[in-house]
Amino acid sequence: MANDVSYDTLIPNNVDLSSDRRLRRALETWQPKFLNWWRESGPTDFQQAEVYLRTAVGVERGAWAKFGFVRMPEYRWGVLLAPQEEGRTIPFGEHKGEPAWQEIPGEYRALIQRLIVIQGDTEPASVEQQRFLGHTAPSLYDMRNVFQVNVEEGRHLWAMAYLLHKYFGRDGREEADMLLERTSGDADRPRILGAFNEATPDWLSFFLFTSFTDRDGKMQLESLAQSGFDPLSRTCRFMLTEEGHHMFVGKSGVERIIDRTSVVMHEHGITDPGDVGRLHELRVIDLPLLQRKMNFHFSVTLDLFGSEISTNAANLFNAGIKGRFHETDIDDDHQLRDDTYPVLTFKDGRFVTEAMSAITAINARLLDDYIVDCQKVVAAWNKVIKSHGIDFELVLPHRAFNRRQGMFADMYVSPGGAVLNEATWLAEHDSFLGSSEDSTYVLSLMKPVDQVGEYADWISPPKSGVGGKPGEFEYVRIPS
Amino acid sequence: MNKRIDFATHPDRYRHWKLEISPPIARLILDVDEAGGMFEGYELKLNTYDIGVDIELADAVQRLRFEHPEVKAVMITSAKPNTFCAGANIRMLAGATHVHKVNFCKFTNETRNAIEDATEHSRQSYVAAINGTAAGGGYELALAAHKILIVDDGYAAVSLPEVPLLAVLPGTGGLTRVVDKRKVRRDIADHFCTLEEGMRGERAVRARLVDEAIPRSAFEARCEKLVRELAASSDRPDASTSVVLSQLDKTIEADSIEYSFVSVRLNREGQHATLEVRGPTTNVPRDASAAEQQGAQFWPLAMMRELDDAVLELRFNEPELGTIFLKTCGAADRVAAYDNFLEARAEHWFVREVNLHTRRVLKRLDLTSRSMFALIEPGSCFAGILAEIAFAADRSFMLEGQFEDRDDNAPIATLCLTPGNFGRYPTVNGLTRLEIRFLGEPETLQTARTLIGKALAAEAAADAGLVTTVLDDIDWKDELRLLTEARVGFSPDALTGMEANLRFPGPETMESKIFARLTAWQNWIFQRPNAVGPNGALTLYGTGRRPEFDKTRV
Repeated sequence: MANDVSYDTLIPNNVDLSSDRRLRRALETWQPKFLNWWRESGPTDFQQAEVYLRTAVGVERGAWAKFGFVRMPEYRWGVLLAPQEEGRTIPFGEHKGEPAWQEIPGEYRALIQRLIVIQGDTEPASVEQQRFLGHTAPSLYDMRNVFQVNVEEGRHLWAMAYLLHKYFGRDGREEADMLLERTSGDADRPRILGAFNEATPDWLSFFLFTSFTDRDGKMQLESLAQSGFDPLSRTCRFMLTEEGHHMFVGKSGVERIIDRTSVVMHEHGITDPGDVGRLHELRVIDLPLLQRKMNFHFSVTLDLFGSEISTNAANLFNAGIKGRFHETDIDDDHQLRDDTYPVLTFKDGRFVTEAMSAITAINARLLDDYIVDCQKVVAAWNKVIKSHGIDFELVLPHRAFNRRQGMFADMYVSPGGAVLNEATWLAEHDSFLGSSEDSTYVLSLMKPVDQVGEYADWISPPKSGVGGKPGEFEYVRIPS
Repeated sequence: MNKRIDFATHPDRYRHWKLEISPPIARLILDVDEAGGMFEGYELKLNTYDIGVDIELADAVQRLRFEHPEVKAVMITSAKPNTFCAGANIRMLAGATHVHKVNFCKFTNETRNAIEDATEHSRQSYVAAINGTAAGGGYELALAAHKILIVDDGYAAVSLPEVPLLAVLPGTGGLTRVVDKRKVRRDIADHFCTLEEGMRGERAVRARLVDEAIPRSAFEARCEKLVRELAASSDRPDASTSVVLSQLDKTIEADSIEYSFVSVRLNREGQHATLEVRGPTTNVPRDASAAEQQGAQFWPLAMMRELDDAVLELRFNEPELGTIFLKTCGAADRVAAYDNFLEARAEHWFVREVNLHTRRVLKRLDLTSRSMFALIEPGSCFAGILAEIAFAADRSFMLEGQFEDRDDNAPIATLCLTPGNFGRYPTVNGLTRLEIRFLGEPETLQTARTLIGKALAAEAAADAGLVTTVLDDIDWKDELRLLTEARVGFSPDALTGMEANLRFPGPETMESKIFARLTAWQNWIFQRPNAVGPNGALTLYGTGRRPEFDKTRV
């Protein structure tokens, strides 16, 4: 199996597209639709800009990306799978130990197709959500980052479209078209999952989205990377290498905001992080506001995991299609016939941990793994706050807070985990999740900065640049 | 699931449906309370339903007809985002006894039929506004509507995933309606019914699974417009007269259920029940509006509502009483007078509703899987509407003369035909009970017409072929005892199958097919190890484990 990307067709790939005429025709039919979608729903007004982007040229770890200036519509989106492992077996579920499937097993066709459609639907959604951000980028460096994220989400869409075209026949082609027809926030054809129809109106939202919601993407991809359906596993493994960068953009973006706020507080002798009057006069983002926005992004992302106790997740696990986070590192039989897993539930007026059938608690477990991952991120942010000697700590809200899905969906729970009545919840809503004033203020900060090496007042420059370039570099050449 | 099921409810108490009336239309909005299941052990997620949800629906459909003559079209939709209805709750089904599953399916079918009946005969048309996924029973609910509209958002789909997901069949007439009512081409239907994810948008329209697919932003307006158009073509009155269906007067004791005009006596030791219907105590109202004034107290309506409830009580709450004796008591001439009134005033909206209601209740009786014997005794009033009860029975027994040991001066047993017996109450296969009875003797049917209005004593009734057996006082008791003991000794399954086969000779209709397929195929599949064995699909549903099938084709 060739690991280098072949450019002998219109579509860069390492799946030997040139010898699969049927698939090549299908994807070449789909490509103009994709480009049309990109023009209509991708970043506005920057299609002619030359952007310093990395493009995948191979799939070997550490040596797969090449940096260079590209106009986004000319980006070489393609089909890239991680190298095939010889003799790979299905790592979990009732088919554990059998050779991994190279073709779709008929009995699981519907199950796998639905999974790919839901995953695939999120990829273009975030591009749509972020399409206006170029206009308010706090620097060329950040502008380049959002475009990088966008083109790679576009490539992830390609990856899912490839699977649909290659393995699911006519239905798959129709679904691949539908991925382009649904649009984030659209009144007629919205995206499938709620969080992907929320607006990303400003850069704070963007950084929090890439920190938290793309991290859900990572968890999902990690679980799918375990799949017994080998092409899905290989696709997701390669997507993960790109997803890492997206989360880095988010995590470091928030870090830079915190740093800037802390520096300004220090310079002006402000010790109260809630001194909104002075901090807003100084045009930085106060930490309590950051906490409120974080509460929002974290909680809506938890909903993406689906019900904690899920039949569907159990079916997917048993069938060997979607595993657990780091499945092969877990020390058990990977079949979970009689195992239990501790799940947080609400019973008789309080939160208790209950042992539940592990196989139906797959989502609950993934949620736990996700929260552990998020805690590490928040700890890193708190380290920055502490390093400036500021007395404030960001805290992840309780998992039952602001939920619309799963077992806590009908409850009113504070970020701290206190069960409230509806009236109290409504009264506290803005202090939990941010007010319209918060949004207005953040929006007022969103003024584009497009001079080389300059950064907006509310965010610090990055520690280093990207692709071997310094922070002071013309990452985006905007035609005048 | 041994809990007693009560069929009485009221919109004020609905947990799962919202009924919004804005004449000339109404909206029935499904918003299932997850925690509101009738039994323990399952949550009604994704607008799934159990018997409790369907009891509310049946109640709403019934009330819309009587309490809202001004409502001429009804829209069924969902309050849940992206979900119309995901059908019967699978965990409920997996945990239910077979008896409950069968009763549940039969009841939900009767409710769907009532929706179609309202559209066709009450001119209160139903439109299903599918604003999210309609899976299994959810799509079957929509199939009962006259028109089906689906939101075309690239996501909402209709599906019947029972075969691929659960190894059973859609239990509420889905397969039959797809090909018989929607006339979906059978090969396309075959594809559709094996497609877990179903079909959506224009593809569903092309297959005739739905009538229209409409973009989200235009969906509500289009549904509203269609419902109003249908309302405009209705002949229901504008006047806001309303007949309130008051709560039934009902007393449940250990071995009896008493209503105003119906009594049920339960003989658990003997494994049989006696259901007695009493004739009217007042004279026929002056005219239709006087009947309307009486409303739910109008004898035919009051009596039939009670009979309906009694039949449901026996079906759901007394599953071991396999034989039912059907009796009547009252003045036959007065019953006949009511019957003639129902015939003469049939055009009036309220009388029309009463007649249609009677028809549904009698069908419910026909479809009850118990051995039914009519006992026509002195003092009984098997005339017209009540004679239908005798014709619904598997066999009838009529006393010749008097009971020697009774001196209550009851008039001798008679049977009286009215015009109503010749067309007003067709059964599920479209024939009247007399047409079914005389399927092979059209001349006997002709003769019967000449007997309209005559009080037929035992011999005459037997000569006319209207009763099975005539007995005199000497034999009555023993014959009935032997009959009962023999019947109770037979296999209940064999009896159910035998009776269902014999009750509906003649042509099939969509309705009769639905019940026949339910009784035969669905109930069989529901019992098979492939569905309910330790490794069956229903048993393993929700465990994540894959079912194992016995691959032998039967």
